[in-house]
Amino acid sequence: MDEVDKQIINHLQGGFPVCDSPYQVVAEQLGLTEASLIYRIKRLLDTGLLSRFGPLFHAEQMGGGLTLAAVKAPEQQFDQITDIINSFPEVAHNYARSHELNMWFVIATDLPERLSEVIDEIQQQTQLRVYNMPKINEYFVGLKLQA
Amino acid sequence: MIDDINRLLIEQLQQGLPLVSRPYAEIGKKLNLSEAEVLKRLAKLKQLGVIKRLGVVVNHRRLGYKANAMVVFDVNDGLISQIGGHISQFDFVNLCYQRPRQGELWPYNLYCMIHGKNKKAVLKQLEYLIEMCGLRQCKNEVLFSKQCFKQRGALYQVSSKQQIVMSNG
Repeated sequence: MDEVDKQIINHLQGGFPVCDSPYQVVAEQLGLTEASLIYRIKRLLDTGLLSRFGPLFHAEQMGGGLTLAAVKAPEQQFDQITDIINSFPEVAHNYARSHELNMWFVIATDLPERLSEVIDEIQQQTQLRVYNMPKINEYFVGLKLQA
Repeated sequence: MIDDINRLLIEQLQQGLPLVSRPYAEIGKKLNLSEAEVLKRLAKLKQLGVIKRLGVVVNHRRLGYKANAMVVFDVNDGLISQIGGHISQFDFVNLCYQRPRQGELWPYNLYCMIHGKNKKAVLKQLEYLIEMCGLRQCKNEVLFSKQCFKQRGALYQVSSKQQIVMSNG
C-alpha cells in the first residue's frame, strides 16, 4: 500500500458517485487515470485491505431485523456457549469483550419477527439470559479510518 | 418500496460494484435494464435510505487498527440526541447509537465504537472525547474486544440464495 492507495481508501470511505462514469469522476478528483484507479481498487480488494466495495444497506429499510445482544458466559462454559451462538446463521459478528457481559453479537434476520425467535432459541440452548439492545437512534458518522 | 426489480438490483449490487468503466451499465445488462434506469433506481434507494452509502469497507485490522473498543455512556435521555450528534463528529468514532438500558447491570444508553492503532491510543482519544463533549459526570465503560469469533459482516437474506452485507447493528 503506497500513498496513492491511502488516498484512494480515504476518499472512497466518503462515498462513491452514482453516475455513468463514476471511476472517471473519482480518478479526476485524485489526479489519476480511470484505468489506474480501477487497477488499484482491484488490488486493494485482492490483498484484503478493503473487505468490500459497493453499497451498504439498511436492515430495517429492507424489511429485516437487526439487533445487538450480549450474554454473561461463565468462564468454564465459554467455548461451548461460543459454539452454540455461532451456530446460528443469523449471528453476524461475535466478539468477546472485557466485561461481566462478556460476549457481544449482532443478530440479523430476514424478517423482523424472527429476531425474538432467535433470542429465545439462544436462551434455551445456552440457559443464559440474552440482553437485547436494538438500536433506538443512530447518530451519523462518516466512516473514516485514516489509511 | 422494494419491488421485484429493486430486489434483483440489490442482489446484483451485493456482489460488489463491477470494476469496469461503466459499472452501472454492466449491472443493467444482467438485469435487462438501461444504465439510466439503474442510476435512477439507485438514486431512489439512496434517497429512501435503503442504501446507506456506496463506497468501501476497510479491513481495519489489516490497516493497522488493532484496538477496537465499544465505549458506553449513561447520559441524560433529554440530552442524548445533542450529545450523540456531538460525539459522532469526531473522526476516530466509527459508530454511534442510542440503545435501551438494561437495568442496574447495564445502565448505559449511548454507544460508540472507537478504533485505534493500540489500546493507549484509543484511551487517549476517549479522554479527549470526554473532555470535549462534557461527559466527565457521565458514567462510562470501555469494553475492548478480546477476540473475534465470527465476522462475516451482517448478512441479510433477500432470498434463499442471496445475501446482502450491511453495516453494524
